[in-house]
Amino acid sequence: MNAEEVVEGLLSGNRRALARAITYVENEYPESKEIMKHIFPKTGKAHVVGLTGFPGVGKSTLVSKLTEEFRRRGKKVGIIAIDPGSPFTGGALLGDRLRLDGMDSRKALWTDPGIFFRSMSSRGRAGGLAAKTGDVVRLLDAFGFDVILVETVGAGQSEVDIIEVADTSVVVMMPETGDEIQVNKAGILEIGDIYVVNKADLGGAEKVERWLKYMLSLDEESVQMLSQMTHADEAKVASGEFFERRKGWSPPVIKTVADRGEGIKELADAIEEHFEYMKKSGLIEKRRRERVKRELFEIVMNDVIKLVKEKTNYRDLIMKLLKGETDPYTAAEQIVEEVIHNAGKG
Amino acid sequence: MEKKIRVLVAKVGLDGHDRGAKVLARFLRDSGFEVIYTGLHRTPQEVAMAAVDEDVDVVGISLHSGAHLALVPKVINYIREYGGNPDEMLILVGGVIPTDDIVELKKMGVDEVFIPGTPISEIVEFIKKKLPEKRKKK
Repeated sequence: MNAEEVVEGLLSGNRRALARAITYVENEYPESKEIMKHIFPKTGKAHVVGLTGFPGVGKSTLVSKLTEEFRRRGKKVGIIAIDPGSPFTGGALLGDRLRLDGMDSRKALWTDPGIFFRSMSSRGRAGGLAAKTGDVVRLLDAFGFDVILVETVGAGQSEVDIIEVADTSVVVMMPETGDEIQVNKAGILEIGDIYVVNKADLGGAEKVERWLKYMLSLDEESVQMLSQMTHADEAKVASGEFFERRKGWSPPVIKTVADRGEGIKELADAIEEHFEYMKKSGLIEKRRRERVKRELFEIVMNDVIKLVKEKTNYRDLIMKLLKGETDPYTAAEQIVEEVIHNAGKG
Repeated sequence: MEKKIRVLVAKVGLDGHDRGAKVLARFLRDSGFEVIYTGLHRTPQEVAMAAVDEDVDVVGISLHSGAHLALVPKVINYIREYGGNPDEMLILVGGVIPTDDIVELKKMGVDEVFIPGTPISEIVEFIKKKLPEKRKKK
């Protein structure tokens, strides 16, 4: 399949073309740029929902039950499930798909044309996502899925990249994963729009729920503090985005028992409510503007580095650096000048 | 970037013996493949759609139920029905398969059959050697 066939197929609802497009994008085939250029105008309609949390808390099972619930509500669901890839061998065991089992009839989920499930390896990348997750989300969006569920690598404490692709971030926890200090640490517990205490039939769920609610109420206080600050102080708060996300939206804490389907309706309701809130408040444009900016800079960065490699004598400068004849800052200035000077010449 | 080899390890039908499949999945991971494991009791349709959606290069079907002659061709046919091209993929079967049936399975489009006792490194070598040849054909 060439780029044109893939784009045409993808936009006319051919799953095979979608599957191929993802392969091209994930492996950075030459066709991928062409594909992304053509499908971009068709994106922006889907609700992108991220699920993150420690390994084993039940993310995959929640994804499965949520998929079933959204299907019941008449929505088409695309799923990207990311598992860790070894930085040593490059291999990966992608074991999220096997949890795709519904309550009513598990067979329906695997062969339902309204569901597309794709497993991805993080390929050794930190942060909880695969490098091309953003582009793969766009492919599913252009294909016409209403909801796109992104399941991160079972992450530790600082795998917060999910907010870079998701409109709604769901942080999943379970009982007995630590005390209130764990709940108050920085990282994934700052990014949730919705919090889930899964496996709530185990003892200690109420305790986790209480700690989470306490932590979240503290956060509201910090928002109040911020509103009393002067402009000069405000400029100093580097992570302003986190505070802004919270204004007007108090992240709910929802207890679930995913494998029995308990709490799934409430969770799906909360996810839909959050999307409505994001649209009404205009926060969604803001978040998406940030996302597009970051992606643009990343692409520009890659192109510039390619230019540097093709059009400058960076190798000579590296030798000079090694010999101590120049310093990295002077060398970088020289390279930038060379790029600007040579870029126009074929 | 070199394309990673993606392998679907599938259990089809009413057969609860998954240790072999799990060990294989693990070893293929250690050999640098991206492995998707389906879990137990999948239907031919489910395996076929997974193979197409996940755009895998290799479909490994594990059976110990004796139903291989009935189920394996169904997987291959459904892959085609769902728009995939089984001729581009390596179709491998593993399990307790009688010698006569191995011949039958190969006629049906299976690239190789691995019986119990096969060193896993042999499977890895087979994939690495045969996949480029298959890709050239398409």
